[in-house]
Amino acid sequence: MPPPPTQPNVRVVTLRIDDRDLSAREDETIIEVCRENKIPIPSLCHLDGLTIWGGCRLCMVEVAGQNRLLAACSTRVAEGMRIQTNTEKLQRYRRTIIELLFAERNHVCSVCVSNGHCELQWLAQRCGVDHVRVPYRQVPYPVDSSHEMFRVDHNRCILCTRCVRVCDEIEGAHTWDVMGRGSDCRVITDLATPWGESESCTSCGKCVQVCPTGALVKQGTSVGEMVKDQHFLPILARRRHAP
Amino acid sequence: MSTPTRITVATTWLDGCSGCHMSFLDMDERLIELARKIDIVYSPLVDSKELPETVDVGLLEGSISSVDDLEKARAFRRHCKILISLGDCAVNGNVPAMRNYFKLDDVMDRSYRENVTLQPQIPTRGVPALLTTVKPIHGEVAVDIFVPGCPPSADAIWYVLNELIEGRVPDPSSVTRFGA
Repeated sequence: MPPPPTQPNVRVVTLRIDDRDLSAREDETIIEVCRENKIPIPSLCHLDGLTIWGGCRLCMVEVAGQNRLLAACSTRVAEGMRIQTNTEKLQRYRRTIIELLFAERNHVCSVCVSNGHCELQWLAQRCGVDHVRVPYRQVPYPVDSSHEMFRVDHNRCILCTRCVRVCDEIEGAHTWDVMGRGSDCRVITDLATPWGESESCTSCGKCVQVCPTGALVKQGTSVGEMVKDQHFLPILARRRHAP
Repeated sequence: MSTPTRITVATTWLDGCSGCHMSFLDMDERLIELARKIDIVYSPLVDSKELPETVDVGLLEGSISSVDDLEKARAFRRHCKILISLGDCAVNGNVPAMRNYFKLDDVMDRSYRENVTLQPQIPTRGVPALLTTVKPIHGEVAVDIFVPGCPPSADAIWYVLNELIEGRVPDPSSVTRFGA
């Protein structure tokens, strides 16, 4: 989904989020308004500066008059909207989503290079996930260490596609893409060839920095050493979209 | 100096590294205060050999990897009013469960044949048989409280025990997380 275009004469709407009366530009999404007003909404695929994906479903909110939940990252605000961001139902759904992510691949935090710097780990704690109720799938996924600077461990990947989007939209290389369906789905470099052999990769490392987990990391990092820095993204994103 | 609020606690380790018990001991001088409030009636840290009929709080470290682990977990569930999974191995399988990605026979071969130079053989006598799949405690018996962490800090264990002593339900996510 392309970023909402910035219009010169945009109207202001009033809405109610968690019993707070707020105003917002009508071209804003619910998650943007919540972040501006310090209303916490968990999310994994959404990242300020990248286009909207709406895949992780963690930012689901309840909107009065809607009989289904809406993703706050991909829903624009409207006049008179009444939104609940943290009901018991939403908490239950978020816990389940996070548990399924942990159960799907290998997320053993204690031996992960991103331990202590991982968005999935933080969200689990924030959402009160202190154990996983479903059985772990325990299916091994490949690790590609062929790139001289970086490594991709598909066991840690949650398929948020931040790497795909930052590579395409900010770096302009489009080295990353997605292949396969269901549990076979994985991110690939070029046409599913080893990362180290990629002809399009510029080795800029943006994908590594935006990856929320320990799936994309620098070579040579040990447990807990992979600290990520995403400060470049909003700055570059503004410059890319400047008229 | 027994008080009416003194609660009984039992602990044991299954497939883990005993690090969670070491973290328990890391409470240092607070152990003295704790000793006034709890009775440790069964544990690798004390001498008693049998689990009493009824225990208020049971702490299990480690995952369920062998028939012996399974037996201990079931015994703790039968005898303990409140059962706590202590640490990542108990809560999610952690490192011990990483053998689940391989066939058990391959794991045994790797450990006892491939890397052994003298009399390679699979031990069968005096050791409990391994289960095909390593599971967290709640994969086999019902667990009441989960305290993640590798290991959970002494502060986290102190918090959880204190809340229980005071008759409150602890919220471990406020003090610890997976991999902490």
